[in-house]
Amino acid sequence: MEMRELGDLADPRQHQEPVDIGGEDPAFLVIQLRKMLTIRLVERHLALMRKEGLIGGPVHLGAGQEAIAVGVSGCVRSSDRVFGGHRSHSHVLALGASIHGLLAEVLGKETGLCRGMGGSMHLWDGPRGFYGSVPIVAGTVPLAVGAALAAKLQGTDAIAVSYFGDGAIEQGTAQESLNLARMLKVPVLFVLENNLFSSHMHIRLRQPHDSTARFAAAHDIPFEVVDGNDVVSVHRAAGHLVDRARQGEGPGFLEAVTYRWYGHVDWREDVDVGVNRSAEDLANWRARDPIARLSASLEAAGFWSRSEEAALVDALEKEIAGAWERAMGDPWPDQGALLDRVYAAAPSL
Amino acid sequence: MGCPVTCDYGTAIRSAFEYLLETYPEVFVIGQGLWSPWYVGNTMTDLDRKFGVHRIIDTPVSESACTGAGVGAALAGMKPIVLHPRMDFMLYAMDAIVNQAAKWSHMVGGHANAGVTVRAIINRGGEQGAQHSQALHAWFAHVPGLRVVMPATVADARDLLIAAVLCPDPVVYIDDCWLYDLEAELPPIRELDLSSIAPECLRMGSDITIVAAGFSTKLALEARQELASQNISAEVIDLRVLNPLCIDPIIQSVQKTGRLLVVDGGWRTCGLSAEVIASVAEQVSPRVLKRPPGRITLPDAPAPTSRILEEIYYPSVATVVAAARKILA
Repeated sequence: MEMRELGDLADPRQHQEPVDIGGEDPAFLVIQLRKMLTIRLVERHLALMRKEGLIGGPVHLGAGQEAIAVGVSGCVRSSDRVFGGHRSHSHVLALGASIHGLLAEVLGKETGLCRGMGGSMHLWDGPRGFYGSVPIVAGTVPLAVGAALAAKLQGTDAIAVSYFGDGAIEQGTAQESLNLARMLKVPVLFVLENNLFSSHMHIRLRQPHDSTARFAAAHDIPFEVVDGNDVVSVHRAAGHLVDRARQGEGPGFLEAVTYRWYGHVDWREDVDVGVNRSAEDLANWRARDPIARLSASLEAAGFWSRSEEAALVDALEKEIAGAWERAMGDPWPDQGALLDRVYAAAPSL
Repeated sequence: MGCPVTCDYGTAIRSAFEYLLETYPEVFVIGQGLWSPWYVGNTMTDLDRKFGVHRIIDTPVSESACTGAGVGAALAGMKPIVLHPRMDFMLYAMDAIVNQAAKWSHMVGGHANAGVTVRAIINRGGEQGAQHSQALHAWFAHVPGLRVVMPATVADARDLLIAAVLCPDPVVYIDDCWLYDLEAELPPIRELDLSSIAPECLRMGSDITIVAAGFSTKLALEARQELASQNISAEVIDLRVLNPLCIDPIIQSVQKTGRLLVVDGGWRTCGLSAEVIASVAEQVSPRVLKRPPGRITLPDAPAPTSRILEEIYYPSVATVVAAARKILA
C-alpha cells in the first residue's frame, strides 16, 4: 500500500517513550549508544567552536538525527560504498571515522580526512567505505547508484548507501536515480532522512504529502518507513533492505523520520527562521531524543546505568577535547596542494 | 583489432571501444541510444551483441543520473564511458561532470579520482537548429579538473579515446559526426598517456599558423591546400587536448610564421579561439606578430534551422581561406 502521510511519526509529542529493545543483543546496543553519543558530543563541540569563531566555514549539524546513521551503519561493511550530503558528520563517524580526522578536516588541516581540502561539507573515508559527501543537494544520489552498479558488475555482494533528505528527493536527479536503480536492479539502499525541513522550508510548504516513501512506491522500489529516532527500528528495517540488496534483489528505500535540533547551518536553533519551526516543536523533538530513549531502555533492562553513561560522556569529552587540541596544532596543507590535487597526476607537459 | 589498414573515423572509434572492452573488464558503457544505430552512427555497431547488454547499457532518458552513475562507478574502481549522443542533451548532466567529477580529487585531498570518460557527440547541420547542434567544448575546457579531448584525425579518434578511458582523471571526449566519413591509414593501437598529449603540427608551413581542433582541423587542412595553390604556405596545428592546454607548440610555430589564425566551431565570446590568442599574446614578443591574430568562429547566435541561414552560420573552407588571406594581405 502506498504511504503518503507520516501521521504520528511526524508528531513530536508521540514516540517519546524508551525504544523497544526486545530480542536485541544488549552488547551491540551499548555500542550503538556509544556511537550516537560520540556523534552528539562531536557536533556539540563543533557548534561551540563555530560560535566562538574558531571554525571558518559552515557546519551543518545533525544533532537529534544520530540514530539513522548509527542504525544503518550497523548493516554496512567496509567494502560497501556510502555517500552522503552536506549534513554528513554522523554518516562518517557512524562508520568509525577518526574524531581527530573529522575535526582536523573541519579546520582545513593536512591531517584531516581529506587532507584539509574538503572541510565539513566534503568528507571522505575510503578505508571505512565512506566514498564521499558533498553539499550539492542530491549530488551524490546518482553516484551511489553507479557505485552499486559497479558492485554488481564486479560480482561482489557489496552494496551502496545513499543518504539524502526530504529536500533532495525534490531534485530531478534523485527521481532519475530511483528509476535507474530499479531498472538496473542494483544493490543500493536509499536512506531518506526526513527531518521535515529543507533549509528553512517545512515539507508541507514544498510537497503535497509529508511521506517521501511514495516516491519509492512510484518507482516500484521496496520501502520501509520508520521512526528515525529509534535506532532499533532503523537498524532492523535497514537490515532487511540491505539483505535483499546483497542477495541481488535490487534497491531498497528507507524513510527515517527525524528532526534536527540546530538550524540548517551552524549552532543556532533557528526557531522562527524556519517557516513552521516552533519552539514548542523543538522542545517536543528534544524529548524524543534517540539517545535518551535507548539509554532509558538499556537502563530499565539492567544493561546500562546512569553512572556508566556519565563516565562515558566524560571520557568522550576528554577524547574530543584532546583531538581538537591536536587538530588546532596540526599543519596546514602545503601551498602546492592548491594545484597538485586538481588531477590525479600533474600534467607532464 | 579487426580494423582494416585504411579506416574511417567512426570505425576507429568503434575499434577503441572494442579494444577497451576486450582488454579491460572494468570498462563498460552507459548512455542513451547504445542499442540503436540511430544515435551513434557506426561508432558502436553490435558492441551490445559482442560484449553483452550488461556492459553496453542503454538507459532511460536520464542524462543526469546516468552520468552521475558513471562518476560513482569510477569511484568504485570501474572505467566507465558515459555516452551522450548529442551534446545539447548533456547539459542535464552538468552537475555530475562539473561539480562532482571535475572537483572530486581536489575536494577529497587526492584520495580518490573520478576516472570517468564522458563521450559527447557534436551532431549538427541538416536544419536541426538551436538544440540539436551545439559544440560546447569551451565550457568544459574552462573547468579545472576535467581533461577535454577533441580528436581530429582517424588515429586520434581511436587512440585518444583509449587514453581517455585509461586516464585516472575525468575526461570529456568530444567527437563530431561531420568527421565520421574521414578516412586514413590506421597504425597499430597505442596506449597513450593522456597527460603527455600535446598539440600536433599536422602540416608544416612558413607564412601563417592555423590552429584548430576537431572538425575545424579538417577545415584548416583543406584550406591549407587551397592556400598552397595560391602560393601561401600555412602550418596547421591540431590542438587535440583543450584542457589542460599546452600552448608551447603554438608559440613555437607563431615565432616562425609571425601570423596566427584560429579556427573554432564554437562561439566567439569567451571561447577557445580567445584562449589560444590570449595565450599567444602573453608569451610572444609584439615584434614577432607581423599582423594582428585572426579567428574564425560561429557567430554569437544559436544555430538556425533555415537552410539559407545555416549556410552562413558554419565556417567553411572558403571562410578560412579568406581569413588567412586577409591576415596575409
